[in-house]
Amino acid sequence: MTGPEIDRLIQLLARLPGLGPRSARRAALHLLKRREALMLPLAEALSLAATRVGDCGLCGNLDTSDPCAICADPARDKSLICVVEEVADLWALERAGVFRGRYHVLGGTLSALDGIGPDDLRIGPLVARAGADEVREVILATGATVDGQTTAHYVTDRLKASGVEVSRLAHGVPVGGELDYLDDGTLATALKARRPF
Amino acid sequence: MQWTDEGIILSARRHGEGNLVLSLLTREHGRHPGLVRGGAGSRRRGEMQPGNRLEVTWRARLAQHLGAYQAEPLEASGARLLEDGDALVGLQAVCAVLETTLPEREAHPALFEAMLALLAALETPEIWPAVMVHFELGLLRELGFGLDLSVCALTGATDDLAFVSPRTGRAVTRAAAGEWRERLFRLPGFLGGPPSDDLTSDDVYDGLALTGHFLQHHVLAMTSKELPEARLRLLELFAPSPTTSGDGVV
Repeated sequence: MTGPEIDRLIQLLARLPGLGPRSARRAALHLLKRREALMLPLAEALSLAATRVGDCGLCGNLDTSDPCAICADPARDKSLICVVEEVADLWALERAGVFRGRYHVLGGTLSALDGIGPDDLRIGPLVARAGADEVREVILATGATVDGQTTAHYVTDRLKASGVEVSRLAHGVPVGGELDYLDDGTLATALKARRPF
Repeated sequence: MQWTDEGIILSARRHGEGNLVLSLLTREHGRHPGLVRGGAGSRRRGEMQPGNRLEVTWRARLAQHLGAYQAEPLEASGARLLEDGDALVGLQAVCAVLETTLPEREAHPALFEAMLALLAALETPEIWPAVMVHFELGLLRELGFGLDLSVCALTGATDDLAFVSPRTGRAVTRAAAGEWRERLFRLPGFLGGPPSDDLTSDDVYDGLALTGHFLQHHVLAMTSKELPEARLRLLELFAPSPTTSGDGVV
C-alpha cells in the first residue's frame, strides 16, 4: 500500500511511548502533510539532539553542555543535592519550580529481580559529591515504591560516613486527595507520618 | 479457564505502557503470573507493590497461557514497610528467593500461610530476621530439601547440637564435630543450637548462611541459577562487622 520509506517511518514512530501502530500511521500522515512546517524542522531537531545532548558528568542530567545548565548555574544552592531516580523526575521537580539546589540522577533503583545492584547506579559519584565541604543536605526524592525506598535506605547508609544531613520527601495524602479514594498503603503511610497541627 | 484466589505480589514488571505482568504467590495455585491491564497507571501503581495482598480472578483460554488478572487490593503489607529499610531488604529478598526457586503453577498452600506470617512479622524488627530463617527452612522442606536439625547425624544425640553438616543438612553435636567444626555451619540457638538469651545478629547471620547454602547448592544448582542479589544484601545486613565483636542484639 505504501513505500518502504513510509513503512519504516511508521514502524519507528510506533516505537515511541504513547504511540501504537494506528497512531503512528496518523502521526506519519500528519508529518508528511506538513513537510516544511513540521517534518523537516523535527528531523533537524532530532539530529541536533542526537549529536549534541549528553549526560552531565556531575549530576547525570541530560543537556547539551557538560556540566549541565543546572550544575553550572551560580544562583543554585550548592549546599543542597536532590537525589532522583531518573531524568524525568528531575524535570518534574524543575517544572514545579520549588527546588533551587542541585540534583543527582541515580539512573534507576535497586531491583532484586532485574539484578540491578548498587554498582549499576550512580551511587559512588553521589557519595563523592556529598563529601564536599559545601554540601549540607542530601534530599532523597526516590519513588514511594518498595524498590525506590529500598534504594533510599541504601543510599542513606552509604552517606552516613560523609556526615551530611539526609532527608527524604514526605509520603501521604496528595494535594486535592480525598481519603475515600486513597489506597490503604498511602493512608497507612500518611497516618504514620502525621505531624503537629 | 477461570479461577479466583488470594495472592501476594512477588514481582510486578511493566508490560507496555500501562500494563503490568504480576507474579503472585497464590494460596491454591502457587506462584502464578498474569497480566493486569492498567496496572502500571498512576491510580493502581500503589496497589501493585511487592508484598501487597490481592484477591484476584485469573482468566485465560488455556491453563498454560499467561492470562489476565482482575485484582482487588486486600492488604498493603509492602507499603507499610516503606519506613523500615532493613525490613524492605527482607521483603525484597524473600520475594526474589520465591521468584527464583519456586516452580510456576505448583500449589504450596503451607508456604502461602508462612508468607502471610512473615509479612506480619516484618513489621516487628525484633523478630522478623528469625522468622525469615524459619521461612527459608520451610521453603527448603516444601521443595523437598528439608534439613534435620533435631538429632545428631553421627551419634543420634538430641542434646548439645551446635553445628550442621553442609553436605547432609543434618545437625551435629559439639562433641561429634571434633576437628571438623571449622567446616560445619554453626547452628544458632533459635534453631536448636546452644541456647542464648537474646537473638543476636550473629545468630541471624548463621541462620541465613545455613539456609542460603542449601538454597544455592540443592535448589538453584539444578537450574544453574545463583541466589538473587537481594538475598545476598540480606546476608550482608547481618554480617559481622570487622571492627566489632558482632554480638549486637537484633
